Amino acid sequence: MAKNYNLPDMQGHFGSYGGTFVAETLIAALEELRDQYEYYRNDVDFQQEYARELKFYVGRPSPIYHAKRWSELLGGAQILLKREDLNHTGAHKINNTIGQALLAKRMGKKRIIAETGAGQHGVASATVAARYGMECVVYMGSEDMKRQAPNVYRMKLLGATVVPVDSGSKTLKDALNEAMRDWVTNVEDTFYIIGTVAGPHPYPMMVRDFQAIIGRESILQMQEEYGCQPDTLIACVGGGSNAIGLFYPYIDNKNVSMIGVEAAGLGINSGKHAATLLTGKPGVLHGNRTYLVQDGDGQIVETHSISAGLDYPGVGPEHAWLKDIGRAQYVGITDDEAMEAFDMLCRHEGIIPALESSHALAYAAKIAPTLDKDKLLLINLSGRGDKDIDTVAKASGVVF
Amino acid sequence: MSRIAATFKNLKQNNRKALIPFITAGDPDQAMTILLMHELVNVGADIIELGVPFSDPMADGPTIQRSYERALKHNISLENVLEIVAEFRKTDTETPVVLMGYANPIEAIGRQKFSVRAKECGVDGVLVVDYPPEECEEWLESLELNRMDAIFLLSPTTPERRIQQIAKRAKGFVYYVSLKGVTGSAHLDLNEVSNKLIDLRSHISIPIGVGFGIHDSVTAKAVSELADAVVVGSRIMKEIEESPREKILINISEFVGSLRTAIDK
Repeated sequence: MAKNYNLPDMQGHFGSYGGTFVAETLIAALEELRDQYEYYRNDVDFQQEYARELKFYVGRPSPIYHAKRWSELLGGAQILLKREDLNHTGAHKINNTIGQALLAKRMGKKRIIAETGAGQHGVASATVAARYGMECVVYMGSEDMKRQAPNVYRMKLLGATVVPVDSGSKTLKDALNEAMRDWVTNVEDTFYIIGTVAGPHPYPMMVRDFQAIIGRESILQMQEEYGCQPDTLIACVGGGSNAIGLFYPYIDNKNVSMIGVEAAGLGINSGKHAATLLTGKPGVLHGNRTYLVQDGDGQIVETHSISAGLDYPGVGPEHAWLKDIGRAQYVGITDDEAMEAFDMLCRHEGIIPALESSHALAYAAKIAPTLDKDKLLLINLSGRGDKDIDTVAKASGVVF
Repeated sequence: MSRIAATFKNLKQNNRKALIPFITAGDPDQAMTILLMHELVNVGADIIELGVPFSDPMADGPTIQRSYERALKHNISLENVLEIVAEFRKTDTETPVVLMGYANPIEAIGRQKFSVRAKECGVDGVLVVDYPPEECEEWLESLELNRMDAIFLLSPTTPERRIQQIAKRAKGFVYYVSLKGVTGSAHLDLNEVSNKLIDLRSHISIPIGVGFGIHDSVTAKAVSELADAVVVGSRIMKEIEESPREKILINISEFVGSLRTAIDK
């Protein structure tokens, strides 16, 4: 595969985005991580172990499933689903946590910490900690803990300690702040597993590399099953790890268009959304320069989405770059539209999708009817929706 | 000579160490911050470090984060912070004021525009926690152009190569955070600080301030024997948090006064 696209640069910049905007106290830890990752990403042993774990523990490759009934109902383009929901732990997050945990193990770190929003990354981190015999502490906004109680319990079952974060908006961004603080304090024995393609260099690059298995598999599977590549890739974007995982191996293939779907919450004009690339402006948060949902004074604003995993005021710097150069397009889907797509997939395909992924599904449902029947839309079904049934029930007025 | 350089020169001539209290601008409110700044000077502060509230202060502990949240509750903006400095400068043209904060509020104004305005209001130095040397060339230019000092952090984990890199860029004084972790952490290892300072002095010619973990007269005195300046922040903000409004001035005055006495002993 020809590789023209070669970002980030040595300092982790994607154009003017990315970088290492952290306090001096964290620099040494990040340099150590950068050097170690640079070494192991080219280490055959490491890559082989990673591949084995993905195959036998995660259950990869995840299939591409043709949602025929739903496609017919929509009456246009064919909907193909990359089934990341079938991974062990039920989402794409484990692709990354396995990679980082293997790295932590080789770096001799005995304790891992993680931040989590929807709880998927927390569960994936707790899972690998149990798998490799490491202590695990997960930081989670107390607001998110309420929304995602089953995942909190899941993490505890897996032996992790879940620490509620009560500062700020009590959601993902605050959990990230708190995890960073833990890392600064315990940097010698602790590995911080960031769950998305945000944070300081090398995280956006490293998480992307581990998630890129999604797109690499897709290229092979599409060729095998359909003899061609999809016309369009669609994925939801909070921090943007499942999207970049699918997009990245396709960046040089200009015949494939890419659409990232942000959470428009109650509507872009309502002020209650998490559509960072659509409404934000560039700034510095969590160690990198990227688009941010912020007020005129540069304070980070509380975001809203029915899906905790998309409820983040920043976005991975590589998405900021792909937006600016026009390689990917970013759109918004409201809570209601996502809920409708959630229902559709349940009823017509027998798949309960995560509310995050339902945003990508909803956008596919929007454009499919406008396209010819021979067009192929590949949607990243990034997670399963079992964790969301309480939220969906509540939104539908159902009391258990 | 900058106000910061002049202050350190003067202290050195008198064989004294600098006391640098940190307070969050706008906690509990703008008017009180101005009163506090003057009171801090009255009881012996040599430089005032003014915290610029930010919604996501990643490098600060819970005490300072809460103080930022209190200030942000009544929408203190970076422009308001600059107004506080301008107001303070009307009656105090001697005491250096250093802003400490995060990049995003500055970028929201624009780095160049901020620098011009900060100079106008009487700011002497700026410490941006999340601008490490490798990410701040443009920023340094705008500070230099407006004749303000770029204050940098050094940490126990900063390797020698970086110390040299920072030494080249730092102006005014450097701020050595004496322990790993965030502001307001508890433990302070004086031996480690002492050894590290010897190391730092071989590369750095400007004064070295030490902060993080200084919470009473004893620790302040001990650190003052090693460093050129003692920075105290979380402990002061805790006092402000716990004092009823009418007691804030007197309580802060007493506490910071006791640090001054201890350092000068």
